[in-house]
Amino acid sequence: MRDAGTHYTQPLDKPVLKLDGITKVFPGVKALDAVSFDLRAGEVHALMGENGAGKSTLMKVLAGIHQPDAGRIVHNGVEVRMPTPLAARASGILLIHQELSLSPELSIAENIYLGAWPTNALGILRKRKLNRDAAAALHSLGCDYNPRARVGTLSIARKQMVEIARTQAFNANVVIFDEPTASLTDTERDQLFATIRDLQKRNVAVIYISHKMDEIFQISDRITVLRDGKLQGTVDTADSDIDQLTRMMIGRDLDSYFTRATGQTGPEVLRLEGLGCEGCFKDVDLSVAAGEVLGLYGLIGAGRSELAEAVFGIRKVSAGRIFWMGREITPPSPRKAIDMGLCLAPESRKEQGLVLGMSGRDNITLPHLRDFSRLLMMRRTHETEVFERYRGILKIKTSGPDQRVADLSGGNQQKFVLAKWLCKTPRLLILDEPTRGIDVGSKSAIHALIAELAEQGLAVIVISSEMPEVLGVSNRILTMSDGRINAEFSGAGMTEQALIDAVSAPT
Amino acid sequence: MNPADTNAGAQPEHHSAYRAALIDIVLRNQIWGFLLLAVILFSTASPFFLTVNNLANVLTQGAFIGLLAIGMTLVIINGEIDLSVGATMALALALAIGLQNSGFGPGTAILAALATGAFLGFLNGAVVVLSGMHSFVVTLGGLLGIRGLVFLYTEGDALMIADFTYTELVEIYLGPISLTAMVFLGLIVLFQWVLSNTRHGREAFAVGDNIEAARDAGIRVGRHKIINFTLCGLLAAVCGVLLSMRMGTAEPQAGRIWELWAIIAVVLGGTRLQGGYGSLWKTLGGVLTLAVVQNGLRLLNTPNYVELIVMGGVLILALGLDRILTYKIRAGRT
Repeated sequence: MRDAGTHYTQPLDKPVLKLDGITKVFPGVKALDAVSFDLRAGEVHALMGENGAGKSTLMKVLAGIHQPDAGRIVHNGVEVRMPTPLAARASGILLIHQELSLSPELSIAENIYLGAWPTNALGILRKRKLNRDAAAALHSLGCDYNPRARVGTLSIARKQMVEIARTQAFNANVVIFDEPTASLTDTERDQLFATIRDLQKRNVAVIYISHKMDEIFQISDRITVLRDGKLQGTVDTADSDIDQLTRMMIGRDLDSYFTRATGQTGPEVLRLEGLGCEGCFKDVDLSVAAGEVLGLYGLIGAGRSELAEAVFGIRKVSAGRIFWMGREITPPSPRKAIDMGLCLAPESRKEQGLVLGMSGRDNITLPHLRDFSRLLMMRRTHETEVFERYRGILKIKTSGPDQRVADLSGGNQQKFVLAKWLCKTPRLLILDEPTRGIDVGSKSAIHALIAELAEQGLAVIVISSEMPEVLGVSNRILTMSDGRINAEFSGAGMTEQALIDAVSAPT
Repeated sequence: MNPADTNAGAQPEHHSAYRAALIDIVLRNQIWGFLLLAVILFSTASPFFLTVNNLANVLTQGAFIGLLAIGMTLVIINGEIDLSVGATMALALALAIGLQNSGFGPGTAILAALATGAFLGFLNGAVVVLSGMHSFVVTLGGLLGIRGLVFLYTEGDALMIADFTYTELVEIYLGPISLTAMVFLGLIVLFQWVLSNTRHGREAFAVGDNIEAARDAGIRVGRHKIINFTLCGLLAAVCGVLLSMRMGTAEPQAGRIWELWAIIAVVLGGTRLQGGYGSLWKTLGGVLTLAVVQNGLRLLNTPNYVELIVMGGVLILALGLDRILTYKIRAGRT
């Protein structure tokens, strides 16, 4: 293995990696403005900041994907340049991507050593050596996966382990995790943390990027906060608290994290009786009224998103009845649901919620082309008016009606999803994980918006895996477990303990 | 970390993991079931079908499209496509015959034909990689341009070999198996070995499957694609040379829409059109299925246009069945 052991001899207080005045300018934006940062061997260093604060750019500079316009990178006491991801990997700096960079059709072993497969002089793979080395790398992480297994057959958590095994294979001394827990269950997250601690024991320095405060406090030793591409400071986790970090991140105090709707509830909008969907959920009874925010809490896989999709008409309903505004209806198609005023902001914003390559304006009007056209011709001025109106109301940060939504932050993308539905004044809005992957500032803006919409008489169903969010925004909460609704809470009965008990109760 | 941590979760998954793996294998080799079905069907429908001579004939007929399909498989696994193989084949065919008529020896003519095929493949790959254009567009241009070259070279007429001893070169048989079929089967085995045992072959999957990951891992994606396009062009030329030996003539229209048959064979076999997944065993299955259906229909005296309709139907049916099966089994699994 290459330069094994060099980092073990580093004294603990001497940084293994030092960034000095890193500046990176993209056309029109200063993504990083003289950011300095140091990383010690054996520490977990959290990197926080709102979306667009420059975290990802900084990490891409480190991993050789972007080249800085100014500044120095000092690695193990030597000033270095990272011209390519390969160079970064060779010097022991490894980025574990948020969207894992694996090839599903290749084997575990081939993925771990991607781009560095052992071959003989003729270019023929030395499969036995490859599999043996991969098994050793996995074994040192406590995993006994078959290195020949196809990566496509693995769960997300295991895929992540395969990426982490690269740290062993390439003897990494700096490992960067970018939002590693975004798609993990609680158990899987605990395993990941155990693995991170294990890396830490081997004197590997870990950079941990996350939006989740509880995780940051659980795993990190120090925290560095970025805002608008500028360094806000580095603090010891033990001496810090959520309020301080929030202030550093958004530059002001958050009045409160959550806003709850306080209006009067009106007539019932949607009622489900014994709704079922084969293999997803069954016997679901539910009703939601105008002006009400109904929370739907449960663990991943409980069937919440499937329920939302069934109501919206994406999934086939196999049993039960649906009542809309008091009248029984047949399960709608998405077109019919939209026309009735039943809208869904789906869980995977990028895949289901938006057409990423299209502009914000075109995304807003996409489901309503009939209303924005005359004799097959689009009414562009009308479209732009609506775009400008919602840009103002929702405070969307975008350069104009033609900017592609792919280039926006998660929070602004979500606002476009909302604008798309709000411009036709819906009656029921189902929000599936409305703030997943969204930074703190935008999060509270979206929470305030939910409350405001409900107070204007809209019925809202909020599906979320984040307990504080469900507790903070809902007037009433249903818990779902194993495809069934198993409890209902309201008022003072809505406590963390009650929700945990409900979703973990044996069914 | 305690090894028990990760293993604890793995235990209950074991049994279903094996079942899933088994289902996976069946689903991934559906083409052979389809081939078997076609063979049984035609065996009962025609007494001439299941004879050694006829089957050997099927293999030889299939081998020409099959040679194009080998190169196509490499390119498709790589996430690209090559529409110019039919025209490249025709140019190699014309050169192999025309150069001999102009006084060159058969060896020189064959080498020139092969080199031309490889060069055109290289050109396709280089343009795709350097321009960043989609290979569909680049090779569609190639298809037109190369076909134009064929007409230019043959001046629009069929070339006929002057010295007919050339066509006897190919008269080598191993039992009932023709040289053409042997070359085809040999190249299937060779390239399957390349795909599964060499760095280049495995990287083809990585590039087609997740090009960003491949690039980040330092795989030289561009060079990689150019190599596969070159191989594809070379194999098209091999097909042209073998055809020249068999026919002794070079029609300027030879090999028209053969690129489509090659793609059909590859896709019918189960290789993913978007890249990253497939094998030459599948392509072999696809090639044989096409050849069997075509041969069986001819034995039953089906008119040519009906043949086309049936072939179209087979393609859609096979892929439709594959989808339904996959969907049903995936749904049953959860």
